[in-house]
Amino acid sequence: MAMAEMTLSRPAATDASAGFRRRRRKERGRWLLRGVVMWALALLFLAPFLWMLSSSLKRDIDVFALPITWIPEEFQWTNYVKIWTGPHSMVHYFLNSGFVVILRIIGEVILCSLAGYAFGRLRFRGRNPLFLVFLASSIVPGQLLLVPRFMFFRELGLYDSLWALILPALSSVFGIFLLRQHFASAPAELGEAARIDGANEFVIFLRIYVPMAVPIITAFAILVFDSAWNDYETPLVMISSNANYTVPLGLTTFISDSGTISAALSMAGSVSSVIPILVFFLIFQRRFLASMARAGLR
Amino acid sequence: MTTTMERPIVGGAPPIKRRRLVYGMKWWVPWLFVAPALLGMVTFLLVPLLGGLLVSFTQWDVISGLDGIRWVGLDNFTTALTDPKFWAAAGRTVIYAGLSVPLTVALGLVIALALNRPIPGRGALRVIFFMPAVVNVIAVGSVWLLLLNPSSGLVNQGLRLLGWSEPPQWIASPDSALAALIIMAIWGGSGYISVIYVAALQEMPQDLYEAARLDGAGAIRQFVTITWPALLPMTMFLTITQLIGRSQTFGLIAYMTSGGPGDSTTVLSYYMYQNGFMYYRFGYAAAMGVLSMLGVLVMTLLLWRYQKGRSLYGDEDGNG
Repeated sequence: MAMAEMTLSRPAATDASAGFRRRRRKERGRWLLRGVVMWALALLFLAPFLWMLSSSLKRDIDVFALPITWIPEEFQWTNYVKIWTGPHSMVHYFLNSGFVVILRIIGEVILCSLAGYAFGRLRFRGRNPLFLVFLASSIVPGQLLLVPRFMFFRELGLYDSLWALILPALSSVFGIFLLRQHFASAPAELGEAARIDGANEFVIFLRIYVPMAVPIITAFAILVFDSAWNDYETPLVMISSNANYTVPLGLTTFISDSGTISAALSMAGSVSSVIPILVFFLIFQRRFLASMARAGLR
Repeated sequence: MTTTMERPIVGGAPPIKRRRLVYGMKWWVPWLFVAPALLGMVTFLLVPLLGGLLVSFTQWDVISGLDGIRWVGLDNFTTALTDPKFWAAAGRTVIYAGLSVPLTVALGLVIALALNRPIPGRGALRVIFFMPAVVNVIAVGSVWLLLLNPSSGLVNQGLRLLGWSEPPQWIASPDSALAALIIMAIWGGSGYISVIYVAALQEMPQDLYEAARLDGAGAIRQFVTITWPALLPMTMFLTITQLIGRSQTFGLIAYMTSGGPGDSTTVLSYYMYQNGFMYYRFGYAAAMGVLSMLGVLVMTLLLWRYQKGRSLYGDEDGNG
């Protein structure tokens, strides 16, 4: 626009560019103001993490010391050594959590893409009513299921085992819905062509439609990782012995030991528990945020 | 990824061919695909749901096994509805969720609006605001226990620095414990909300803003007349799903306050957890679960009503 005006009439050009400059200055002022306000807010958001890191490197008695020290005089790396060694160490909790995370990702991806594919791509009698049953089941609140699941798992002998954290999560309504939406919008022609060539349904699913669904499956896997790694309420109810503690439960052991709170150790544990998911988040940031947005937008 | 034009069920194939192909498949093949998920849902959702409904009519401590179960009819429900602690807990749930959710959504929207404009260090800001959403509640709870320490915690040190000589005792006092949990909820949740809003803002048609700018509408007017109405369905959706989620969590409360001091942070979900898993009154806990399901059901119906008006810009999911 401005370019066109400039070439058209010389005198008007100076006016336009002065206005343009004023506008730019104003824009720049706003840009700076927005930056200052948002970075101040961001520091408030960041402070708990910095404090977590700082306290994890202090001696227990210095955590509550005044005046406030952000950088400990002497870094207490022994805090980390303490929680990562010994019989019930973070290693143990990490292995338990890792087991749950991996099996949940594999299981949920398989179950949900199979079901999502059937609901989105195949036609069969009773498809829509069945899909509605799945959708409706998602409104049953976890609270109501907590008590009967607990009793049920006791009867099955799965109480206090990691399977109690994995099995109930597998047929995720959210995952089925997410993948159904994807498969429903995948092109029908490819499958039909393969069908004419005599490929069986499972091969069509696995060789044609799954490869196209890799981005959405990755997004789903990221969300499963997040929820499985951070789950506290299910293990709180289902797990009783330290041998089966996942990371969030393990973190509580640095608190209740002999009744005294070891603030520094619990912070070292917290930092350790946050690092894997934070690293994962930073590496896959774009995809991570996109998955979250997708989860919310549905 | 495909566009909306290639919607599958309509397809491009001529009808006769399609018919042959579809019915050429053995009828049980699709059921094989659905079977694992169906089995999972029936075993771990429908059966426990029925079990929960049954148990809500009984008195049972679980430990004594099936012999210890006793049918009590509607007793658990009448007990709940006449239990002042139940109503107090329900009231706290309303305050906790009713305050934290709108504030979280509002702050999330503000962050999203700021991040949607040119801003220095946008990428870093997005990461920072989102960080609380990827942290487990024990790490969150542990660090906030330190931050909220009445005498030497960072929060009160900061407030004293700002001139508040006697700042709240936070979770050490029944007067401020719930407020502390609400503040934590806002800190923990608004980054996630902002991510969803940013995605929604990026889908907004830019020509509307161009037109508004040409008509001389300022930033505030543009927000009121274009952005807010377009985001309203999304806002309703987020608010209701967050209300449902927020009213059901008990992990953080179990860890940080155990419902105290006094009963000041005993929200309904925690009261239920307490009755079941600490007092072994599983029948009563299940009955409260049924009652809270009715609450969720009402909220879900509200959500569905709003969902109908959601398609303002919502029908473009094919490009995801």
